[in-house]
Amino acid sequence: MRAAFNKTLLEIAKKDSRVHMILADIGYGEIEGFAEAFPDRFINCGVAEQNMTGVACGVAMEGNIAITYSIANFPTLRCLEQIRNDICYHNANVKIVIIGGGMAYGPLGISHHSTEDIAILRALPNMVVLAPCDIPEAVEATKAMMSYNGPVYYRCGYKKEPNIYDGPVPFSIGKANTVREGTDAALIFTGTIGYNCKLAVESLAQKGISCRLISMHTVKPIDKEAVIKAATETGAVITVEEHNLSGGLGSAVAEVLMDSGNGGIRFTRIALPDINVTKIGSQEWLRNQYGLGAADIAKKVEELLK
Amino acid sequence: MKTEEEKKCRELANNVRRHCLRMVYHGKSGHIGSMLSCAEILSVLYLRVLKNISPDNTKRPDRDRLIFSKGHGGGALFATLAELGYFPVSWLDGYYQDNGKLSGHISHHINGVEFSTGSLGHGLPISAGMAMYGHRQKKNHRIFCVVSDGDCNAGSTWESIMLAGQNGWDNLTMIVDYNRLQALGKSEDICNLEPFDEKLRGFGWAAEYVDGHDIPALDNILHRLPLQKGKPSAVICRTVKGKGVKTMENNFNWHYGPVTKEIYEKADAELAAMGV
Repeated sequence: MRAAFNKTLLEIAKKDSRVHMILADIGYGEIEGFAEAFPDRFINCGVAEQNMTGVACGVAMEGNIAITYSIANFPTLRCLEQIRNDICYHNANVKIVIIGGGMAYGPLGISHHSTEDIAILRALPNMVVLAPCDIPEAVEATKAMMSYNGPVYYRCGYKKEPNIYDGPVPFSIGKANTVREGTDAALIFTGTIGYNCKLAVESLAQKGISCRLISMHTVKPIDKEAVIKAATETGAVITVEEHNLSGGLGSAVAEVLMDSGNGGIRFTRIALPDINVTKIGSQEWLRNQYGLGAADIAKKVEELLK
Repeated sequence: MKTEEEKKCRELANNVRRHCLRMVYHGKSGHIGSMLSCAEILSVLYLRVLKNISPDNTKRPDRDRLIFSKGHGGGALFATLAELGYFPVSWLDGYYQDNGKLSGHISHHINGVEFSTGSLGHGLPISAGMAMYGHRQKKNHRIFCVVSDGDCNAGSTWESIMLAGQNGWDNLTMIVDYNRLQALGKSEDICNLEPFDEKLRGFGWAAEYVDGHDIPALDNILHRLPLQKGKPSAVICRTVKGKGVKTMENNFNWHYGPVTKEIYEKADAELAAMGV
């Protein structure tokens, strides 16, 4: 997904001279194409994310589109105040791109996991929060982000994410994608954990349980209509995210359900527990350790429907 | 600099001081010391240095940009802008008050304010981004960033100093309102910036000290920019916190201190006498 993002961005940058990449010494093996093609629209600020974010905002204030780009929490939490005061308050056209959403950099450890980002970024006014689930969706999300005027947070995956969609992927910011129709329950996910949701839904289908599968690629602004429709048509909603239980997709969906008077339906959130991840292993191994494996998800759905 | 031009700058600075004092008194707010220390810096910038600026069009692409990073001293910027017709002077009376138009720290929602600040360490990175773009596009406009002592405690400020020095963005000028007093005491007792000019030179900047209340000296140095071709410029203005009001001068209590009626009346009389 990382490579797809960079390739798509480069294509867009060839046609749009406003596009700038402002880095903080991360991007080895991926950003060289941009750097070589557009040296005047590229800068490496060094390992200095606050400055990267401020510089990007300054570049954007001059009528440009500035991308900040780094691993996991580096371009978000370390420079959160710059994002809040500089980018969001000024509604600056800055796109904050992280590589390795969730636990994609598994064995590198917690410093390289991004598991509270959705909660924190979606609390900021003017911020759009995107988390594409597979490579085709990531490509479409990149295009949509670049044509949108304003701050966007883009939670990219890492490498070789399997496809979730069978056909072409529609993409409109704020409009959820239904990957698969279903009547007994609705699984709403965001990001690359979607593949495990797909596997779970397929195994449930074999047991005669029909699940709707929804990619909530835009967590903010959330597609309220899709959430309410899922609740009223299936009566059971399960959210799945590779993110802390607090404040992320599950919370956002719960807010919609409560606010719309649908608080009474069957509802559960599947997410990382509110702990520091201390186990060491690959992304998939860690997912399984913390209840985000396909079998864990299927089991939770069955429990909810009992 | 002609005597008449110097006089205009002095008058503006004095009016700004009196506005600030009144604003802080009525608003029951703080930061008067930080406002009083930069009155000459602002008056020289606005009357003598900044090019292609106008209250009627603050978005001209060729305007010089002023990023006022010491947002807490923004009352002085508001007063300067009001004096120059960017918005009605009457708005100053609502400073820091319920349903007023002007907050304790500057906001870009006010005509003439290029960028909102308030948390220190934000202004220079923004300025550096603007400077990078302008420099690479060979634009003629310049970027000025007014920072405080406290701003220069922030790591983000030094991140920008490193980057701008590395890249030789000589369209960027950092003006330090170097009053050497910050919220809780003397800067030299907290994080001593000295040898300040040498540090900046070490980071690839051209740096000079100037008396930040000496209008001709300020005018002179700000007409010699860049101080060295191919390097960003730092103009370190030796200033006095609370300048113009004897009881407030060089006293860090006036970072936050409230202005009572008695203090206000006495101080305003003092400033009025200065303007004669």
